[in-house]
Amino acid sequence: MNTGTMKNTNLLPGKAGMKVHLKQQKIAPYIFVLPFILSFSIFFLYPIISTVIMSFQEILGPKDVTFIGLKNYRNMINEHFFNAIWVTTRYTFLTILVLVPLPMILAVFLNRRKTIGRNFFRSAFFIPALTSVIVAGLFFRLAFGEQDTTLVNMILGVFGLPKRTWLQQGSTAMMVMVIVCTWRWLGVNIIYFLSGLQSIPVEQYESASIDGANEWQKFLRITVPGLKPVIIYVVTISVYGGYAMFSESYLLFGPRSPGDIGLTLVSLIYQLGFFENNLGAGSAVGITLLGIVMLINMVQLTLTGFFKKESD
Amino acid sequence: MIVKRFISLGLAIIMITSLILTGCGSQGKGPAADPVKEPSAPVTAPKTETSAPADPEPAKPEPAKPTTLNFWTFQELHKSFMDDAVETWNKAYSDKPIELKVDVYPFDDMHNKLLIALQSGTGAPDIVDIECGRFPTFLKGTPALAELNRVVEPIKDKLIMGRMDNYAKDGKYYGIDYHVGAQVIYYNKEILDQAGVNADDIKTWEDYIAAGKIIMEKTGKPMTTLEVTDHWTYYPLITMQNSDYLTADGTPQLDNEANIKSLQLLSDMLYKDEIAILAPGGWHHAEEYWAWMNQGNAASVWMPMWYMGRFTQYMPDLKGKMIIRPMPVFQDGMKSAGMGGTGTAVTIQSKNEDLAVDFLAESKLSLEGSIKTWTILGFDPIRKDAWSDPAMEADNEYTQYFGSDIFSTLQSIVSDIGPIHYGDLYPTALSLVQKNVMFKVLKEQSQTPEQALKEANEELKMK
Repeated sequence: MNTGTMKNTNLLPGKAGMKVHLKQQKIAPYIFVLPFILSFSIFFLYPIISTVIMSFQEILGPKDVTFIGLKNYRNMINEHFFNAIWVTTRYTFLTILVLVPLPMILAVFLNRRKTIGRNFFRSAFFIPALTSVIVAGLFFRLAFGEQDTTLVNMILGVFGLPKRTWLQQGSTAMMVMVIVCTWRWLGVNIIYFLSGLQSIPVEQYESASIDGANEWQKFLRITVPGLKPVIIYVVTISVYGGYAMFSESYLLFGPRSPGDIGLTLVSLIYQLGFFENNLGAGSAVGITLLGIVMLINMVQLTLTGFFKKESD
Repeated sequence: MIVKRFISLGLAIIMITSLILTGCGSQGKGPAADPVKEPSAPVTAPKTETSAPADPEPAKPEPAKPTTLNFWTFQELHKSFMDDAVETWNKAYSDKPIELKVDVYPFDDMHNKLLIALQSGTGAPDIVDIECGRFPTFLKGTPALAELNRVVEPIKDKLIMGRMDNYAKDGKYYGIDYHVGAQVIYYNKEILDQAGVNADDIKTWEDYIAAGKIIMEKTGKPMTTLEVTDHWTYYPLITMQNSDYLTADGTPQLDNEANIKSLQLLSDMLYKDEIAILAPGGWHHAEEYWAWMNQGNAASVWMPMWYMGRFTQYMPDLKGKMIIRPMPVFQDGMKSAGMGGTGTAVTIQSKNEDLAVDFLAESKLSLEGSIKTWTILGFDPIRKDAWSDPAMEADNEYTQYFGSDIFSTLQSIVSDIGPIHYGDLYPTALSLVQKNVMFKVLKEQSQTPEQALKEANEELKMK
């Protein structure tokens, strides 16, 4: 191999050819990454920078823009903003609480050869992720309606429980949002965990069986640690997903949720930016949201030792 | 080797260009990226103030090419009205025909799209429907909408001007409404008869509450339902007492005496007099409410005139049972209120602004157009002379549903309607009332009317 390349360089016709060759080698990598750089800067970097700038502006029209310093940020700090943070944080926490253990356990069952109809269940769990969120939202809004005849109240009625006004009460509204989220994303997380399970060597389970470990011990000592990278990944995207939640809240409550019970940070951006035509204020909330999510993910990734592994 | 590199270089370039091109492509795909498809159309005249129906262009034997105008709306019904108006226009002005391209979008979608189009300076339609609650949003700063004074001013004395002022700023008019939106009350006569109550005897709110108690006692059904996530039960009460969310100069006045008392009245109806319940689904546009009301579960509901359409469309079983009467009144109050509405505007991005303005005026400000808002849409016209026109007496879908006396009821109240003060803060005030005040006072009962209104008012003042 070595001699071959040496021979090759020797064969190059003089200095000029050498130069072209070197130039090409230098340029080529840039050309290859250019598509990404371009799309990134047009669709991500530019909007982010312009959002940062807009968050310091009052925007009344295309030609009517004034810099107002930190006023947008100062105005942002009010009851609704804190309500939004509180709702979003609770929502994110609860979805992670459900959407990590539940799909993990289901994935373990679906991974077993003994499970009956596992292929059917694999696709059945995944179908909601393909459903339009509009359709799903409509269904859940009506299913959790307040009449005696709505789906959920009818089921409660069978068990002799009183009917509820699901979507006009803080705690039940949150529950409905978490249920919608679980229904939608359970299948996707199961796929992540299933693929994670494939990478755990069968030998580990075999030797554990020889040592007399029971199923539960095997799950706790082999499966869970083996799935750690997947868990970190799922938690990370769930934090992003949770804080970026908008459509579920919008479909259940419309653009305004009564008493802010379903107000997420993104709904707040929507309200400020579009309903009040105050794009500057919306941008300020957007930048704050970016900061919050970055902070949480950094803390979480540091705690789970993600960065340590990288440097190893 | 070098050939290979050239190939890969070429491929890379193709990739990049295709990427850039797709980027451009998706930008240009917007529904109204190209508002005027035929630039050669007869009326591409520069924007001059004098654009009388008679064009300087000499009459030609061959029919003129129609100019395409884009119209965005959020209400399917408005499409049929405008389509009809185009037909009328093209018959009357065959020298400058119009082809109207109508896009019906969901409510929020349409307003957001329009806002973005106007903010970015490109992509807006020629003509657009803007709901009154959202209208002030579009009047912020220098409005990107065309001034309509030249078509409004000549017929000022014929219009119910209170409705025009809703869409005006600094003496300039930017939108034309479809209707007056007179506030009325719908009684279920069947339930009233069961309890032996006569709707015509209910004149004041005291009468209304007393009648409610009788009905509750005799039939076990509530007199009415109240909205918790919208403001149509509350807003007419305050405007009928000459109050509003904002003062005439746009200062918040949510916590004035009339506003607090009115909210207390609603709260008392629920929890003290016990003649009302909260609307199933939270408001009078919820599917739950329509289904429930359709079964004849409440004796009355007060909503604006345009709510007739919801009855005919979503509550068919009440046909022949519902009657329309004037609202119960407050002492020294007004007989009705002009509620809601949609202002149709022309954007300054329109390449045929003058034509669009002329067409809009012809469709909605002319006597014929105004009468059609009643015959096609069932709306109360904004032109006063339409009210006395014999065409209004004719039988239609609504008279069949509510009885033939609708129009005389309307005539008795329409002259006594107070103005509404829209200002920059109006959309925010509205949304605070809808989502916080009503909910906290009527549903959660976590605040008294005074507390909730004071809090909301403080917040508005901070803006």
